Amino acid sequence: MTATENNAVPMLEIRNIKQDYHVPQGLFKPEKVVHAVKGVSFKLDAGKTLAIVGESGCGKSTLARILTFIDQPTAGELLIEGKPVDTRPGHLSAEMRRKVQIVFQNPYGSLNPRQKIGDVLGEPLAINTKMSAAERRERATEMLVKVGLGPEHYNRYPHMFSGGQRQRIAIARALMLNPKLLVLDEPVSALDLSVQAQVLNLLADLQEEFGLTYVFISHDLSVVKYIADEVMVMYYGEAVEYGSREAVFEAPSHAYTRTLFAATPRADVESIRARIARKKANA
Amino acid sequence: MALLDIQNLTVEFETATGWFKAVDGVSLSVDEGEVLAIVGESGSGKSVSMLAVMGLLPWTAKITADRMLFQGRDIRALSDGERRKLIGKDMAMIFQEPIASLNPCFTVGFQIEEVLRIHMGMGKKERRARAIELFTQVGLPNPAERLNHFPHQMSGGQCQRVMIAIAIACNPKLLIADEPTTALDVTIQKQILDLLMSLQAEHGMGLIMITHDMGVVAETADRVIVQYKGRKMEEADVLSLFEAPKNAYTRALLSALPENATGERLSTVSDFMTADELAGGTR
Repeated sequence: MTATENNAVPMLEIRNIKQDYHVPQGLFKPEKVVHAVKGVSFKLDAGKTLAIVGESGCGKSTLARILTFIDQPTAGELLIEGKPVDTRPGHLSAEMRRKVQIVFQNPYGSLNPRQKIGDVLGEPLAINTKMSAAERRERATEMLVKVGLGPEHYNRYPHMFSGGQRQRIAIARALMLNPKLLVLDEPVSALDLSVQAQVLNLLADLQEEFGLTYVFISHDLSVVKYIADEVMVMYYGEAVEYGSREAVFEAPSHAYTRTLFAATPRADVESIRARIARKKANA
Repeated sequence: MALLDIQNLTVEFETATGWFKAVDGVSLSVDEGEVLAIVGESGSGKSVSMLAVMGLLPWTAKITADRMLFQGRDIRALSDGERRKLIGKDMAMIFQEPIASLNPCFTVGFQIEEVLRIHMGMGKKERRARAIELFTQVGLPNPAERLNHFPHQMSGGQCQRVMIAIAIACNPKLLIADEPTTALDVTIQKQILDLLMSLQAEHGMGLIMITHDMGVVAETADRVIVQYKGRKMEEADVLSLFEAPKNAYTRALLSALPENATGERLSTVSDFMTADELAGGTR
């Protein structure tokens, strides 16, 4: 594919994706249907970051599972580089699986405690490629250096790492197969503030180096404002707001987006001054 | 006289490699009607120092302090019985995980009435009336019906409201809130913070807010203590802390906030502190 085609065809496009879950209510009661995602569409160009924002239960993680082919949507189309993807089990090509990777929220839960880091990183290669063990080791060591760890970490176990380091390992694992699209499901929400900054910097560097496209799922608006090119706000399974970062943050059109902005704590000096003045007036 | 007055508190735990200082010479005091925020990242000892005050640390912890006074009484000299009378009545605590801190086997009504029975010696009818009053105060809908609910029947935000109701049931002089909103969505966080602040103003309680979120600090605190690796880095009133932070670590924390990002990269702690300072946590 040439560069011009790349610009014309969006990396990822979804059309009217729906996901329903059927919840059994008991032996003689009818099933309850939960509409987790109610017809969401968007287009995302290569090398850009789309942030999906919403509170727990709004369907953002369900959408992440659909985008990474873990779950099959009830209805709707999913196009990667302009080609529709058949997400039925068994119909997905290995190449497609390689193109899309995911990083999960909790780096303590997403790494096998009995697997050495070298094996964590080597496993995708062992399954998907015909590389020799020596080659795999070399690639894994290279990747460790790229995400800011060192070759000496190759033989260590996950419990020997801090949360931020584990998230770096999870990112390295996702990048082993040279994916084009990375779905990041709350990648920094379990991390401390200073570590969060380091991981966000790393993600920005990797995006530049590999030309990655990010779908960044988060509930933290300050992080979204920093990292996103486009923003989508979800509320009860619906995309209530979708647009460029500037448009969404400067002129939110939906009432829920405004509520969300108003609820976000402000850490600037003017707001603190205003709060202290209010408190004095009430006292 | 300060409500809570702690001088030079040190908490140590024995590990395989010797005694580990979780809290290292921290002094703090809270007056009645004051909101003190203790801010720090994980492992900074912010929770441990408050658990030591509440007497909730296991017997393996070695607690030393020059002074540990609550309302002028030495907390360390209390007998177990005296301590039980104090904790939960004059000094109460709210924890991070609202769903985990309630007992799943009992209704929330039972759990709040237990406090009223033990500490206030109220009769059955009186307890019920007071429980309904408290639930109304913390903004739970249908309070009378709600008393018969179990924790699993409620959302995280509702459980946290129940926890707050239990904590303020005996009109405590001092309320310690340990990351009260970390597990909650941002709109719920706003509601809970507003509730805590209005209760604090109404009852004139001393409130210690333990948090890692600079936004929460900016929205609630009168005075702030910044902790790092068990040591107090800086203590200042909220406005001067945000306006002109004196300590390198505080400056690092503030500039790691994504909303304070200048240019392409976020600054990290290592931009502000030398490797020695990072390791030792010196001033």
